[in-house]
Amino acid sequence: MSEEFKVEIVNPEKSFFSDDNVSEVIIPAFEGEMGILKDHISIISFLKPGVIRILSKNLEEKFYVEDGIVEFKDNHLSVLTSSIFNLKNADKVEIDKSIRDAEKILKNSELDDNKKFIIEQKIESLKSISLS
Amino acid sequence: MPSLDDLKKRITSVKSTQKITKAMKMVATAKLRKAQENAEKGRPYSEKMNNIILNLSNGVADKDNSSKLLVGTGKDETHLCVVLTADRGLCGGFNTNIIKKAKSHFEDIKKKGKNLKIITVGMKGYDQLKRNYENQIIKKITFKESKNINYFDAEKVGKFVLDKFENQEFDICYIFYNQFKNVMTQIPQKQKIIPLQKENTEETNEEENINYEFEPDEDEILNNLLPKNISTQIFKAMLENSASEQGSRMTAMDNATRNAGELVDKLSIEYNRSRQASITKELIEIISGAESL
Repeated sequence: MSEEFKVEIVNPEKSFFSDDNVSEVIIPAFEGEMGILKDHISIISFLKPGVIRILSKNLEEKFYVEDGIVEFKDNHLSVLTSSIFNLKNADKVEIDKSIRDAEKILKNSELDDNKKFIIEQKIESLKSISLS
Repeated sequence: MPSLDDLKKRITSVKSTQKITKAMKMVATAKLRKAQENAEKGRPYSEKMNNIILNLSNGVADKDNSSKLLVGTGKDETHLCVVLTADRGLCGGFNTNIIKKAKSHFEDIKKKGKNLKIITVGMKGYDQLKRNYENQIIKKITFKESKNINYFDAEKVGKFVLDKFENQEFDICYIFYNQFKNVMTQIPQKQKIIPLQKENTEETNEEENINYEFEPDEDEILNNLLPKNISTQIFKAMLENSASEQGSRMTAMDNATRNAGELVDKLSIEYNRSRQASITKELIEIISGAESL
């Protein structure tokens, strides 16, 4: 099948994940979720906290990311992020802790709308992870 | 002429030094492999980041309104220099080379009558610079506690630099570090990170100028990306630095071990000679004593 393309997730320390044959990737782009299929137009965007879903023929991978940049070019999707973990290895205690931390930040400080939005997103997506 | 006992003592002491340098060399070799691996693994991230920024900055039409991190403040008054060195010594010319490079840059700045601010990362850099530039050092950072270089540490440095930039405490920022070429060679580097230095060697192929879709628009992405790029560049420098440090230490310790070996050989010959000399002397005394009877 030729409906597949290459995806690569890199964090500063190493190449975190890479797969040559994925059929769809759903990324939490800053202005809303975005599904990317083969032959998508070249695009650069950045991420808000949320879940990246990578769908290939027979498996589905889910990663939680906090921020990052995506670039899609010539059927090659690169995701650059500094904070990422696989949902399979998610630790519930850890997640709950970061939810509490984020809520504290939200309450205490005066943030501009942009940062507020990002933290709200973070709490929301972490909560949904923790529930599932 | 040292006595036999003295020589013996010296030989043992050189031998034990040799043992230490040999052990350090082996440790450095093991660490080098890891550091090198890390440096290589870290490269794709910073390269990709660079590429994206390059593409973006080409696309920015309105240069005047774009981020100050990209085009600079328009002034050239205060320079901030981030000097990255090791926390430990005994690694040959590693620290000295960076410091030398940094110092010549500092002198340049001073000659031009500009203000200078220094951030040192790593103990050795601070130790060597405090003598001449105590007042210019605004912060010293060390990551002695963290075993491996991680992005979190680099981000701390990056945040600090960015805060200072936002408070308009400097206009131009340089980082100094050693680039790892191979085990024998490390090249001290000076890199301008604010405003961003475009690599001039970049050949502008046609394919580089792909029209990207941007979401949200270029400016917003760029504003989001540039601060991250600072931390990324610092992180890259730290990785290169740690590989260089281990490489440099390995070579230095290898040399030290060899020198110690040569010294032991030389001392052993001297020891044997003087032992033989004293035996001969005793024999002569006995013989001449017997003859006179």
